[in-house]
Amino acid sequence: MTIHGVIPILRMGDILLTTVHIELHDAVAEGFQADVLTAIEQRRARGLIVDISGLDVVDSYVARILAETGRMALLMGTQTVLVGMRPEVAATLVRMGYRMEGVYAALDLDEGLALLRRLGRR
Amino acid sequence: MNVEPDAVESLSRREMPIGSEDDVVVVRRAVRALAQKRGFNAFASAALTTATSELTRNVWVHARKGIAILEEVADGGRIGVRVTFEDEGPGIVDLERALAGGFSTARTMGLGLSGSRRLVDAFRIDSAVGRGTTVEIVKWKEP
Ligand SMILES: Nc1ncnc2c1ncn2[C@@H]1O[C@H](COP(=O)(O)OP(=O)(O)O)[C@@H](O)[C@H]1O
Ligand SMILES: [Mg+2]
Repeated sequence: MTIHGVIPILRMGDILLTTVHIELHDAVAEGFQADVLTAIEQRRARGLIVDISGLDVVDSYVARILAETGRMALLMGTQTVLVGMRPEVAATLVRMGYRMEGVYAALDLDEGLALLRRLGRR
Repeated sequence: MNVEPDAVESLSRREMPIGSEDDVVVVRRAVRALAQKRGFNAFASAALTTATSELTRNVWVHARKGIAILEEVADGGRIGVRVTFEDEGPGIVDLERALAGGFSTARTMGLGLSGSRRLVDAFRIDSAVGRGTTVEIVKWKEP
């Protein structure tokens, strides 16, 4: 079973903004990835920002879903920026040996938007 | 009677079932609450909670059901949280490989065991093929 629409996706110009605030269960994660990719196509989005400031735990399962989503978006030509990762989450992921590949990262939403603008200009 | 010098005393004990994906969150929240109650800092709390998430998910994904035993523990002056995960699932065939990291029979990251081991102060695993797996972790509060 795949659950769609649980994680809202907002549009800001040619950028999509989504905030992961709930548990990414298997069914929710799949729906989220499909929703993001569909929105990228429909909105012709050039960048995707995923706000994870609300996540106090990012285990290898959630990290994989986030990185996968970024790699999927990249196949459609869209760069993904994770914003708002908490200090203790960053420390924990690195200590576990996790390498987040396929996504950029920025401190907050403003920095994320600035990063996407810079990437777009290249 | 032989009293071990580093005997760990259990101050509280709570047993929680693991039998669904939801239990990953339920057990993790309960462990976080213990860490917070005991005044763990954000980093120690995240480390313990993340390791709990990995190991609870392992029970769910690889063994389908089991239990988590949450304890507040004391050892001399130290206070800590111990979580024991027990299941009667298939057990781990090649424990060394599973602990080395990057190995998975579920085609996932393979970072659950190796990663959680790095996040805690004590890590003990016992697994027998066909009988099940027990993993015990302890995180001490920094003085
Ligand atoms: N509770 C368990 N029961 C049976 N096998 C397990 C258990 N926990 C871990 N394993 C085995 O060890 C491997 C590595 O586990 P882990 O490091 O968590 O990676 P992953 O869960 O991503 O596969 C698993 O793929 C599985 O084969
Ligand atoms: Mg695992």
